[in-house]
Amino acid sequence: MNCRSEVLEVTVEARQVEEATLALLHTILLHRSTGKFHYKKEGTYSIGTVGTQDIDCDFIDFTFVRVSSEELDRVIRKAVSEFKDALSSDGMGQISLEFYQKKKSRWPFSDECIPWEVWSIKVSVVNLANEQERQICREKVGEKLGEKVINVVEVINRHEYLPKMPTQSEVDNVFDTSLKDVQPYLHKITYQITDSLGTSVSTTMRRLIKDTLAL
Amino acid sequence: MDGDLSPQDKKDLDKFIKFFALKTVQVIVQARLGEKICTRSSSSPTGSDWFNLAIKDIPEVTHEAKKALAGQLPGIGRSMCVEISLKTSEGDSMELETWCLEMNEKCDKDIKVSYTVYNRLSVLLKSLLAITRVTPAYKLSRKQGHDYVILYRIYFGEVQLGGLGEGFQTVRVGVVGTPVGTVTLSCAYRTNLAFMSSRQFERSAPIMGIIVDHFVDAPCGNQRPITMGQLCNYRPPDEDDGGAFAGVQDSQEVCTTSFSTSPPSQCVCTLSPSPSKLSKPLPLDSLQLPLAPGLVTHNLYASRLSYQPAPPGGAAEFNTNQVKEGGNVLVPAQPQPPHGADVHLTIENAPNTPSSSGDEDGLLQSGEGRRDDGRRSVSPSDPVESLNAFTRKVGAFVNKPNTQITAASLDLPFAAFAPRGLDSEENDPMVRPPDSPPSQSPLQASLHSQGSDGSGPQDDFVMVDFRPAFSKDDLLPMDLGTFYREFQNPPQLASLSLHTSSQSMADDLDSLPEKLRVYEKNIDEFDAFVDMLQ
Repeated sequence: MNCRSEVLEVTVEARQVEEATLALLHTILLHRSTGKFHYKKEGTYSIGTVGTQDIDCDFIDFTFVRVSSEELDRVIRKAVSEFKDALSSDGMGQISLEFYQKKKSRWPFSDECIPWEVWSIKVSVVNLANEQERQICREKVGEKLGEKVINVVEVINRHEYLPKMPTQSEVDNVFDTSLKDVQPYLHKITYQITDSLGTSVSTTMRRLIKDTLAL
Repeated sequence: MDGDLSPQDKKDLDKFIKFFALKTVQVIVQARLGEKICTRSSSSPTGSDWFNLAIKDIPEVTHEAKKALAGQLPGIGRSMCVEISLKTSEGDSMELETWCLEMNEKCDKDIKVSYTVYNRLSVLLKSLLAITRVTPAYKLSRKQGHDYVILYRIYFGEVQLGGLGEGFQTVRVGVVGTPVGTVTLSCAYRTNLAFMSSRQFERSAPIMGIIVDHFVDAPCGNQRPITMGQLCNYRPPDEDDGGAFAGVQDSQEVCTTSFSTSPPSQCVCTLSPSPSKLSKPLPLDSLQLPLAPGLVTHNLYASRLSYQPAPPGGAAEFNTNQVKEGGNVLVPAQPQPPHGADVHLTIENAPNTPSSSGDEDGLLQSGEGRRDDGRRSVSPSDPVESLNAFTRKVGAFVNKPNTQITAASLDLPFAAFAPRGLDSEENDPMVRPPDSPPSQSPLQASLHSQGSDGSGPQDDFVMVDFRPAFSKDDLLPMDLGTFYREFQNPPQLASLSLHTSSQSMADDLDSLPEKLRVYEKNIDEFDAFVDMLQ
């Protein structure tokens, strides 16, 4: 099974990096989260309710919808914040949201993580000279993000591969059940920074190794 | 075409499509209210949240949608459309976008209705949530208010895109294949806002005196202002009416879905109806003031897309002219009405509405109206009338009881400092004389402070007979009503009056250099404080 890969590119000012990335990540996660599963006997389960919240951006003329879950928001914000800090004021970087499934392996091998969908958001940071340009940038980036949201929705509504709904014993291989109020698919966020010369730094490798060990 | 579908599946599918259509309309209309929407996630299924999404149901919108559908379902050639348009205060209107829920012939026979279709419809609703914030009309709807309002119209049948002007764009929200056809959701939106740009924001000041009845007879046939607005805070659902978002109006159509995972190739879904309360239809076409906050007819608040419960002063006092003063009031949640209709809307103060001062005026007005009413029932303006209802009190040192009583003061020592027992129903020993006649009513005695000089004991005098022990001369001749009115408008504080303020201004200016010196000395502290805040 191939992993679906989508790339979204945005060009923003330094102060817009965080909001733009959050907007896109949350839009994706909105579609890739369900309510909490409650398994009952005989293998049936019922699903909790997902609430949504409108978030206005401060530095971009844009409003996005995210799942009403403070825990999830915290996790995403933390990752985005690290990404933003790593990005210099004039550089490029890429933050990836990867959905994966765990596959149990026999001992002594650790569980495998098989990605089934990867979203990569390529962010280019620009510096603007004056306030007028910044105002135009606010609006332009807002429109751009709107287009990206439409792209995301388009991809998701192709209804291509999704992991099968798991049984109770398998649910942790497909979903992240650690949150109290929603249940997104298992995912991880990684980023890599491209320095001005265009060569990528080893950040990705380090993070991937960390994540693998954390599993 | 339906031959392969089991009757249960067909029934489920029809139900899904029906509720999908209703929820679609809710999402679209709520996205154009001009407020941020927020609903809460709940880990335990409530049984009334269709498609596992917390989407509130505005009753009027559901009613309109059902009216448009008239018992039918979107089908081939029969699309459900929601038209969003803008109407300026001058009466010009313009269609902004049309959302279409269509069905085409392409069937997906192999798909599992009660599982895959349901989940895909849920994803489609989420996409709709996201896309409704992206089209240009969203920004316009967030800025609506004085200059223009946003209206919606639901119709069923052929899609009409003619009013969108040239060069309109279409965005497809998504598709879901079902055994009876493919459900498609899309939006066509206007790109040519030329009409708007020339007229918009010509006025800098808000338009006062919007005539509300401008919108009462909906000029474009079925257009409805989106008047039910609500600000949704992140709160536990038990603050709402009984905790259930009555997402379902029909009694049997509650969705408690459970899914089976046992053999992965088979997915069994059981839909069990659960009892739910029937809601009464709202009297939408009347201009009557509803008896309770939370139920409002759209006609009355057409000046903006916001929800205004009626001032609780009583039906008789309300008239449409009061609406403009209320502005886009979002009043704190009122107690739920006693009658059975589901009050789904919970209203709260809106911190980010532009005319919050208008809110307060409206609130104050309604509050005052309420207080006035309350007071009037307690202390009638005519003391004579009330006093006929009970036996007069006789003071300790009064010679004879009188038949009539006018306003008399409360004879108390230290009367100036005594709490005016306005709403106290306790027996104030100072008020009630020890040897008063047995049939006195302490409640009414404490409530009525009658003022006069009680010196004349003649029968035909309209005088007070109220002389408690340890009495002294009246200081303040007044009754409860007068007292209240007087103390509602206290004199202005001395510090706010002009002559003193000009003096203090000069003092302030003089002390400025000194203050600046001190601040400069402590500049590090201030910097540290600011850093702490960031």
